Amino acid sequence: MTVARSVHLGLDLSDAGAHPEAWRTTGSEAHRLFDPERLRELVDTAQRATLDFVLFDDSFALHTSRNTTLRGRLDAALVSARLAPRSTGIGLVATVDTTHTEPFHVAKALQTIDHVSHGRAAWQVAWSTTEEVASAFGRKPAQDEADAVAEADEAVDVVRKLWDSWEDDAEIRDVATGRFVDRGKIHRIDHEGVRFVVKGSSITPRSPQGRPPVVVRTSSPASVALAAHRADVVRITATDRGDAAAQRAELRAAAAAVGRDPDTLRVLVDVFVVLGGTEPAAQERLALLDALAGAARRPAGYAHVGTAADLARTVEDWTATGAADGFVLRPAALHTDVDGIADEVVPLLRAAGVFRDAYPGTTLRDTLGLARPASVYASASASAIA
Amino acid sequence: MSARTPRKQVHLGAHFPGVNSTTVWSDPASGSQIDFASFEHLARKAEDARLDFFFLAEGLRLREHKGEIFDLDVVGRPDTLPVLAALAAVTDRLGLVGTINTTFNEPWEIARQFATLDVLSGGRAAWNLVTSSDAFTGANFRRGGFLPYEQRYERAAELVEVARALWDSWDDDAVLGDAASGAFLRDGAVRDVEHVGPHFQVRGTFPTPRGPQGHPVLFQAGDSGPGRDFAAATADVVFSMHSTFEDGQAFYQDVKGRLAALGRTEESLKILPATTVVLGDTPQDAADRARHVRRQQVSGPGAIAFLEQVWGVDLTSYDPEGPLPDVEPDVDNADITRGRVRHVKDPRPVVAQWRARAEAEGLSIRDLVIAVTTRGGFVGTATQVADDIDRAVQEDASDGFILVPHLTPHGLDDVLDQVVPLLQERGSFRTEYTGPTLRDHLGLDRPVAASRRTAHLDQQPVG
Repeated sequence: MTVARSVHLGLDLSDAGAHPEAWRTTGSEAHRLFDPERLRELVDTAQRATLDFVLFDDSFALHTSRNTTLRGRLDAALVSARLAPRSTGIGLVATVDTTHTEPFHVAKALQTIDHVSHGRAAWQVAWSTTEEVASAFGRKPAQDEADAVAEADEAVDVVRKLWDSWEDDAEIRDVATGRFVDRGKIHRIDHEGVRFVVKGSSITPRSPQGRPPVVVRTSSPASVALAAHRADVVRITATDRGDAAAQRAELRAAAAAVGRDPDTLRVLVDVFVVLGGTEPAAQERLALLDALAGAARRPAGYAHVGTAADLARTVEDWTATGAADGFVLRPAALHTDVDGIADEVVPLLRAAGVFRDAYPGTTLRDTLGLARPASVYASASASAIA
Repeated sequence: MSARTPRKQVHLGAHFPGVNSTTVWSDPASGSQIDFASFEHLARKAEDARLDFFFLAEGLRLREHKGEIFDLDVVGRPDTLPVLAALAAVTDRLGLVGTINTTFNEPWEIARQFATLDVLSGGRAAWNLVTSSDAFTGANFRRGGFLPYEQRYERAAELVEVARALWDSWDDDAVLGDAASGAFLRDGAVRDVEHVGPHFQVRGTFPTPRGPQGHPVLFQAGDSGPGRDFAAATADVVFSMHSTFEDGQAFYQDVKGRLAALGRTEESLKILPATTVVLGDTPQDAADRARHVRRQQVSGPGAIAFLEQVWGVDLTSYDPEGPLPDVEPDVDNADITRGRVRHVKDPRPVVAQWRARAEAEGLSIRDLVIAVTTRGGFVGTATQVADDIDRAVQEDASDGFILVPHLTPHGLDDVLDQVVPLLQERGSFRTEYTGPTLRDHLGLDRPVAASRRTAHLDQQPVG
């Protein structure tokens, strides 16, 4: 069955789950936390459920803003690349910092994941504001959020230009003239901005999606502006449906104000998911997790502590009423809640006719219903020829 | 058959075709240089043959010639580490070696990426460390061309020192995962690192666990005096360009001779020259094929562009099948080609020598370029090539070779199918992997876990 317009569901596969003590619960296989096969099994499940994407958080620091006893994290971009050859259909969202990285490296890393996955890469744009991360690099002092987001904004701009620097048909392999590429279709970006001067072009040919989708989490007015300006997918935290609806309306208006079609924006609400056969059973699971932590611990924003049927109803209700285009599901404990999402929540949404049962195409853009953008340089060279 | 004396073991790597004229893209058998299927084919094929490793180089700026992108060779390549991470999913034992430039990367990030690759691959990561200092490449990065040429190894050495401190800051058994007590890490098993040096000031708690190899294997390719010193002091493997027998022996002796003074054994550093192989059914057939490959590698426009690098002037009006240009070189135009190493400092004696040779041997421009750019490489029947490789290793001209194909992705298929079994038959090459890690394949010791060493003064337990 195909649905006219599917809701969009992402899945956060960071750590052992969104609850800080998830690694301590039965079945979490704490010793396999850094085993890529553990992640591959989770991706298989997410793919069986035809979710839009899986997502990996990242940070250069061991402790930053992570109120958990769990320690250690692998580079999210390389994790995405590792998972690409053994998966199909599902999007792979890697979080990559912009404060202490080189846009040139970031651009080719994401392009390469896109090549390796045949068009399923996406980039969650991150920025660092802590002294802890600044000290790890030792190149500049810690920046406040407004400053770091401004830098992220310019980094995304540079990265996108690099993604566009090769036109799709630059490689010609013209044996007669001995030319491998049409160099008129490979462009220097000559970016001279406030924070970066980058000559370009990318060393990597344009990737299957042209531009892998850009994901931005909003947490402040500055990040809302960044999302409206640059994001394809926006992650918001909302307390309830009304709050989500208001934020989505604000984002769409802000996008329109900068000349974008608001329908090119996918606004997804973060939801902390604790599933149980009954609502009391789910509450009991959460209480157990909180007891391990010694206090109530959950991410900011909306939490669903209840049955699969109730979560399916919430998803249906919020998307049908225009409060959201979908959700980023943040399972409290991956080893339990991912199965519940795939085996219970998704079948209910499919039965209700609001969620796909097959991927509509091969790329994440296809799944998100986002058109593949032409290179901004393509028209320039076409008109130069004319 | 008498009891076999233990033979020195040959080490072999498979180099993914690069973006210079060695790679022939005009051949109908030439496949994509960017589709993952090409990388996967070479890696799987190499693993089937029990090779030590797969090797992928990097690029940080497209090459330019006469102010424009050089379009006669393959253009475009992927980012190194994501390709290796993806190959970790489709191979089980093969080492995964990637080139990463030290000049345009920071130690915290690069140490984290290699630790991740080592974890994701079960201990198969290796870093081919290169340096550069040119402003041409720097134009793609925040700091631009910031590094004086003579400091490039100084920065590289300090970067490696910091990276090793970061890898050592987690004990091998740091992850305890004790659900009952809530102790995820063993007490004191992860230590803060603080480094203050001329190039780096780094302080913090490293976020990524130590990989199965402790440190990824370190390759290094420098050939200058400082490059050889750096390799002897720091590297596990030297990526050498000295592939001929006599040249190889001299280089081997020189570099291995530097080890004793540094307290290292000869076995702790492997020397692996890059080389090409052309096989034939008979010696004559192989020679004919080699000539054909060389003509493919040096096209007419390619030959003209090569001369332009030396002459420093536009030579496109000359016929590549005709005599050498009669104009004199422009000695001041060293930047005509950028993004690759220029080998000629003063072009005038080179031009004079080439003119004399072309005249004496009746060579066209293209013939001459083929003649002066042909070096090393094994040409012969499978038996001859197996003999030559084995002799080079047994007689200390190398510890093995990095095989560079001229075609993507099938260019090594014949060597892996025909030559490797012959090396196995004579007991010079493994028939099965003996361990899971690249260090196992290369016979390299694993770095001692940090906790069993004397505590480093600048490493403090996490409070």
